[in-house]
Amino acid sequence: MSAPLTFQETVLALKKYWSDRGCIIQEPYDVEVGAGTMAPETFLRVLGPSPYKVAYVQPSRRPADGRYGENPNRLYKHQQLQVILKPAPADVIDLYLGSLQAIGIDLSKHDIKFEEDNWEAPTLGAWGIGWQVMLDGLEISQFTYFQQCGGFDLDLIPAELTYGLERIVAFLQNVDSVYDIVWAPGFLYSDVRLKDEQQFSKYNFELADVGMLWQLFDLHEKECQRLTKLSGVVLPAYDQVLKCSHIFNLLDSRGAISVTERVGVIGRVRRLALGVADAWMVEIGAKKEAAA
Amino acid sequence: MSLPFLLEIGTEEIPDWMIVPALNNLQDMFQVLLDQQVLGGRVTSVDATPRRLVLRADGLLERQADVEELVLGPATRAGGGAAAGFAKKMGTTPDQLGTEGTAKGEYFAFKKRTQGQPTVAILARELPNLILKIQWPKTMVWNGKGTERFIRPVRWLVALLGDEVVPFEIGGVQSGNTTRGHRVLGKASIPVTIASFSQKLRANGVILSATERRDRIESGISVRVKPDPDLLHTLTYITEFPTPILGSFDRSYLDLPQEVLVTVMRHHQKYLSVEDADGKLAPHFIAVMNTESDPDGLVRQGNEKVLRARFNDARFFWNQDQKKALAARLEDLKSVTFQAKLGSYYDKTLRVVELVKQLGGSERAALLCKCDLTTDMVKEFTDLQGIVGGLYARAQGEPEDVARAIYDHYKPLSMEDEIPSTHAGRILSLADKWDTLTECLKVGMTPTGSRDPFGLRRAAQGVVRIIVEGKIKNAPPLEGEFLRDRVEYYFRDVRGFAYDEVRACMAAGWTDLLDLEARLKRVKEVRATPDFEPIAASFKRIKNILKQAQFADSTFQAELLEPGPEMELHAAILGTQGQPLEARIGPLRPKVDLFFDKVLVNADDPSIRRNRLALLHNLLQEFSDVADFSEIVTERQS
Repeated sequence: MSAPLTFQETVLALKKYWSDRGCIIQEPYDVEVGAGTMAPETFLRVLGPSPYKVAYVQPSRRPADGRYGENPNRLYKHQQLQVILKPAPADVIDLYLGSLQAIGIDLSKHDIKFEEDNWEAPTLGAWGIGWQVMLDGLEISQFTYFQQCGGFDLDLIPAELTYGLERIVAFLQNVDSVYDIVWAPGFLYSDVRLKDEQQFSKYNFELADVGMLWQLFDLHEKECQRLTKLSGVVLPAYDQVLKCSHIFNLLDSRGAISVTERVGVIGRVRRLALGVADAWMVEIGAKKEAAA
Repeated sequence: MSLPFLLEIGTEEIPDWMIVPALNNLQDMFQVLLDQQVLGGRVTSVDATPRRLVLRADGLLERQADVEELVLGPATRAGGGAAAGFAKKMGTTPDQLGTEGTAKGEYFAFKKRTQGQPTVAILARELPNLILKIQWPKTMVWNGKGTERFIRPVRWLVALLGDEVVPFEIGGVQSGNTTRGHRVLGKASIPVTIASFSQKLRANGVILSATERRDRIESGISVRVKPDPDLLHTLTYITEFPTPILGSFDRSYLDLPQEVLVTVMRHHQKYLSVEDADGKLAPHFIAVMNTESDPDGLVRQGNEKVLRARFNDARFFWNQDQKKALAARLEDLKSVTFQAKLGSYYDKTLRVVELVKQLGGSERAALLCKCDLTTDMVKEFTDLQGIVGGLYARAQGEPEDVARAIYDHYKPLSMEDEIPSTHAGRILSLADKWDTLTECLKVGMTPTGSRDPFGLRRAAQGVVRIIVEGKIKNAPPLEGEFLRDRVEYYFRDVRGFAYDEVRACMAAGWTDLLDLEARLKRVKEVRATPDFEPIAASFKRIKNILKQAQFADSTFQAELLEPGPEMELHAAILGTQGQPLEARIGPLRPKVDLFFDKVLVNADDPSIRRNRLALLHNLLQEFSDVADFSEIVTERQS
């Protein structure tokens, strides 16, 4: 058996694989997001009748999941490889299995199962039907047929394939801690990212200024509402939604959101997201008029 | 000539728990189709794997029989013009018409022949609809907005009548005679005949029969496993070619509570737990692969590694959680939502403590029972709520009865599950469920149909079972239609009392369940005695008479009684007063019968009539604290 791929070789192999199958290879979105789904390349592109195929690595920030770099499997920021195939081709599962072979997984020597796992993101007005993909008992991917996004029934049904890169590579390299992953020859995951985890865990849990965060939330919300009413600035408006969403997550990890507030704040983010999706549908000509 | 039929609906992986009901549904609908279209034949088997639903039938006709029916036209006296019109309507000429004599006179008539259609044409026309009508808990679209819905995308269809393909299409997929094998072990395109179907699948890594798959799992296990039929069912239906493998974990993890280990293995990894000869958890597990073998041991190593990481997490959570005692977590419950309209778990805790105090349970247990919701262990393994609280309480030196009560307080989780084992546990579980139930109903969250997001039916069932089976004497009184239904269900379907006995006894009150249970037992017993049915029938009659007369007055004058049956009945009532129901029925029955035989209730004299009604009314009242006997269904009425 050949030596397992490094972290970056795995990323490159997946990008190459999907590029060869007609995907645009995008770079990560440069605003903080909690998952690859939230990047506009997914959230907005799945709307409307135009086909689209794209793949990108999305560093995904989940402040509450941080463990100061001390837990071998939990990260404040992990790397997702996100693939959107819109519409999903009939052989989409075979394509997916092919991508596993491309990163050195010999399917004849492993056990692969598709286990029911439907996906729902209430703040994005989005849900889908699908599976978690299990490789030898490890969840390595989420596979979802989107049904709704931004509150709209989708015209074309995209398949979203999400690869948890750290998990997959730790598995292939047979290491017990993500920090022991070989990122590049001579460099471990810990060399590249440990400081990141330590410092942001400290900030997210202990130091983030709650008062300031609430102010920022209000400001970004107002900006989003202002932009949504204008024409031709849906993308900047959506950035404001992402800002609000990330600030909400920060406030949450600071334990600053009470029960009563929580539902309300989620509702505020959701309203912004639905408003932006609506404006996007109008802008791409998939819908005649904006919602009142 | 009769033909065999085979249908295979090829899909992407269907959730295991939906498969069997869908197969039954498919079988029923297909049999109805055969019967309605008079195609002959019976469904002989249905089978499924996660990727295919398969139905076989046999004895189908090649085509429907021709049907001849006699259609009556206008009366012959209407003449030739009418006949010509009728012939035209029948698509024929007047000389082909006959006549038919009926009781009303003679009519033109035509023997209409309808040619039977070929079965293959009927199936081709009906199958797409039939397949798309299979009922699923949740469906999806895959071809775009407004297109056909199914549980998962349909990717291939095999439909054969004898050697012939039944041609139809669903969502762009054309039926044919080509199936697909196992994703890894089989070929992607395999031509089949009805006779070769199972064998070809088998050769391509698919065991079609669920029974065979289950046998393969069971016969491949050589160690003693904790019996788990539900998990075995799941494993049978998430695989096309199941093979069990034995994995191991380090003995040191056995220090963790068994509940945690089993939950991780069962719920998160779908592993069967292994026991040693004494029934204690052994440091092994059984994983079931969806493939034939593990040539390099990679699958076993992979699963062991995943489990190790999970167990490490659990150990980390355990140690982390001990840094803050349960009691110190009470304040944290203020930020855990119970329900948006009902506030936090802190609010709920205070209510439950109050209720437990009234019921004479353990207030300490009530105070701590929800505190495990803030622990990392429960956040990760939500199924372990309560159990973790109980384990932590014990580890933190809380008294054993407190720990046990917390541990058990979600019980019973199902009809089969036991109620909590201790009195304190029962009181706590009762108070917790009672609070959930009453508070949710108060804000209008009554379950409707299959929607019961807060599990109120289960909570109500738990309340009923704990009160009755736990003999809780000072339980809060039950009321309201929702609970009434649960009580009725429990005594009827769980305890097996006859439905009319349950109705009769509940009509006499059901707020005190122990009292209700006692009355039900008495009624059930007395019902077997010979005098019971006749007197119950009489009671029904009395009730009808009173209802018709709209009479509900108990004032009664003994001096208005006529000698004979009327007085005798009155005497029998007085003579047996104060005695239990069981003793009164014998003496009363002949007197009631005689009364109805000889006495006219609707007497001409209004005051006599009133008085007789009052006598009957009072008689009914005498028994009304046990049951409303008019609800009992008797032979005599039917």
